[in-house]
Amino acid sequence: MATDTVITVESLSKLYVLGHQTRVDTLRDQLTRRFRSFGDALRGKGTAGKPVDEFWALKDVSFEVRRGDVLGVVGRNGAGKSTLLKILSRITEPTNGTVRIRGRLASLLEVGTGFHPELSGRENVYLNGAILGMRRVEIDRKFDEIVAFSEVERFLDTPVKYYSSGMYVRLAFAIAAHLESEILVVDEVLAVGDAQFQKKCLNKVSEVTKSEGRTVLFVSHNSAALQGICTSGILLSQGKLVGQGPIGECLGTYLKTGSQRAEFAAPPHGKPYISSVSVDPAALAAGRIQVDVGFRSPFPLSPPVVGIILSSKFGQPISGSNGRMTAETFKPAPARSGIVSAHLDNVPLHSDTFLISVYLGDAAMDYDQKLDVIQFDYVSPRFYPQLPPLQIIGPADFPWRWGFKAD
Amino acid sequence: MNGRTDCLASADPGNPNDLVIEAGRANAHYWRDLWRYRDLLGFLTLRDIRVRYKQTVLGVGWALIQPIVTTGIFTFVFGKLAGMSPGGVPYPLLVLAGLLPWQLFSAALSGSSASLISNSNLISKVYFPRLIIPLSSLGVAAIDFLVVLGLYVATSAWFGRIPTWHWALLPLFIALALLLAFGAGIWFTALTVKYRDFRYIVPFMLQVGVFLSPIGYSTGTVPSWRPLLDANPITGIIDAFRWCLLSDGQPFDVRGTACSLLISLVLTFSGLWYFRKMERTFADMI
Repeated sequence: MATDTVITVESLSKLYVLGHQTRVDTLRDQLTRRFRSFGDALRGKGTAGKPVDEFWALKDVSFEVRRGDVLGVVGRNGAGKSTLLKILSRITEPTNGTVRIRGRLASLLEVGTGFHPELSGRENVYLNGAILGMRRVEIDRKFDEIVAFSEVERFLDTPVKYYSSGMYVRLAFAIAAHLESEILVVDEVLAVGDAQFQKKCLNKVSEVTKSEGRTVLFVSHNSAALQGICTSGILLSQGKLVGQGPIGECLGTYLKTGSQRAEFAAPPHGKPYISSVSVDPAALAAGRIQVDVGFRSPFPLSPPVVGIILSSKFGQPISGSNGRMTAETFKPAPARSGIVSAHLDNVPLHSDTFLISVYLGDAAMDYDQKLDVIQFDYVSPRFYPQLPPLQIIGPADFPWRWGFKAD
Repeated sequence: MNGRTDCLASADPGNPNDLVIEAGRANAHYWRDLWRYRDLLGFLTLRDIRVRYKQTVLGVGWALIQPIVTTGIFTFVFGKLAGMSPGGVPYPLLVLAGLLPWQLFSAALSGSSASLISNSNLISKVYFPRLIIPLSSLGVAAIDFLVVLGLYVATSAWFGRIPTWHWALLPLFIALALLLAFGAGIWFTALTVKYRDFRYIVPFMLQVGVFLSPIGYSTGTVPSWRPLLDANPITGIIDAFRWCLLSDGQPFDVRGTACSLLISLVLTFSGLWYFRKMERTFADMI
């Protein structure tokens, strides 16, 4: 192990048992269970065969993180990212495996954990600081800096329940940004807050990493943020480590392995329906978008018409098209089933999460629709080091040209 | 693998922040962490106290109303209706001196028993030694207690009674009441995480306890029920409080106090064992 390794994770696994052991276990459940198993034992029946739902949130995950690394943890919902961070933060215990951590680790799994709405901003700075592991003297020393960073000076003595959500997040992040730790673990916290402040936070994170040699573990669904600040990444899928390396590679693999596909059963009344929608992962990895829409119909659709709408992650439509619009150039023969593909080669989009809605019809009318049915991450092949936050400029990346004429 | 571990250990042997996380491994730095997070204990206590009286008109006055009303009722029921003897002490003082430890105990116990569940948002998002949470409930109860103690001092002075040297021993018995509440509280709060039944059991126990404890009457007036009362660990503490505060000529009940102390210690040590055992699974169950 190299001396500059600060985190070593070895065959880390975490098992959750679902089913019988429901979240709220009452005494009665336990008693009846005991009683039953006692009865079973008397009758010579074993209880071992009881079906128990087991779920490996993490399975045999091993990796190392070096000092100064900014590691992006990439994966879909349920891939085990949060479980990994919770184990590293000592909130929950692994079922198997070992983690070795060198240095103080601070974790920020939520913005403003323990903030109390009735307390003032000032009181919450102290409370939240202490919850994150700061001593009172430490908070005293950094108090002015925290307040200046948060930009809520005027409202320090107002209960935070009167804060706007932006002020709330700013204050909360300001506290966390001033934690003194060698390792910082951050989960998805930058998904909230206004764009300008997000930018400031990202800058703060890169600033501390560069100047103080701090190690950061970063989970985000914002691929642009990951690509912008992370040096390396690990890719989790269904609890297993499936990729490791430079962040660009990880994001690429992430998009390739993803199954951005939805399938639908026939509706009861025998009308034409959309049977599947998928975003082709190979095309995505190559920086293109291809949406495949499968359909079935009790009668031939003449012609089969598919419409798609691409929306931002907030559901704001960006661009749409359908076969009626383009009937001049694209007019397939009548069919009862098949797959219609929509292709976009030069994708004028920034790296972000997008939604796809699809429609099915024929020349005359629409029969089926699936709104926001697919969510996918697009990683742009163009990289802008000075990219403003997408909330300000929007997710579209039109190929603007610039001109200049001197006076 | 061992070689790597050795390398890690030898590279920086003295760094107290180094950490190994493994299944079933007790945190080697638990008690040091607890000490390091002592400021959090203070802030959590402060939070609960501030929040309780925010947007109330009477504020801390509410901490006084309950004991005043209870004292009035008990004086009427036990002193007037039942005609029990206060043993040469104004009846309200007898009641208040018994109510003091009872309120301390019951507030500390109900607070600490509910503490983990009511702070579940912290438990699932941040690490710190979880013992901080029930401990902060004790802090809240202790601060409320000081307010009521002030009420007692004022009432006692109003009845023209002069404090004796017995008063100096009061902190010991305050500590004993808190220890008993802590021992039982950490048992209940750890159990509540798994079995929510205890959310109903504890308030019920405390409701019954008001009548099973010698609050409205002095133990001296019911000698035949003594063995039953002695089974209740609060009895010894109430008697000790009365001995301190009333100095009514009753001898100090060594046996009762020792009994309370013993029960408190057993509950505390077994409670710590159970709490520490369950602590690592709190976040998964809560």
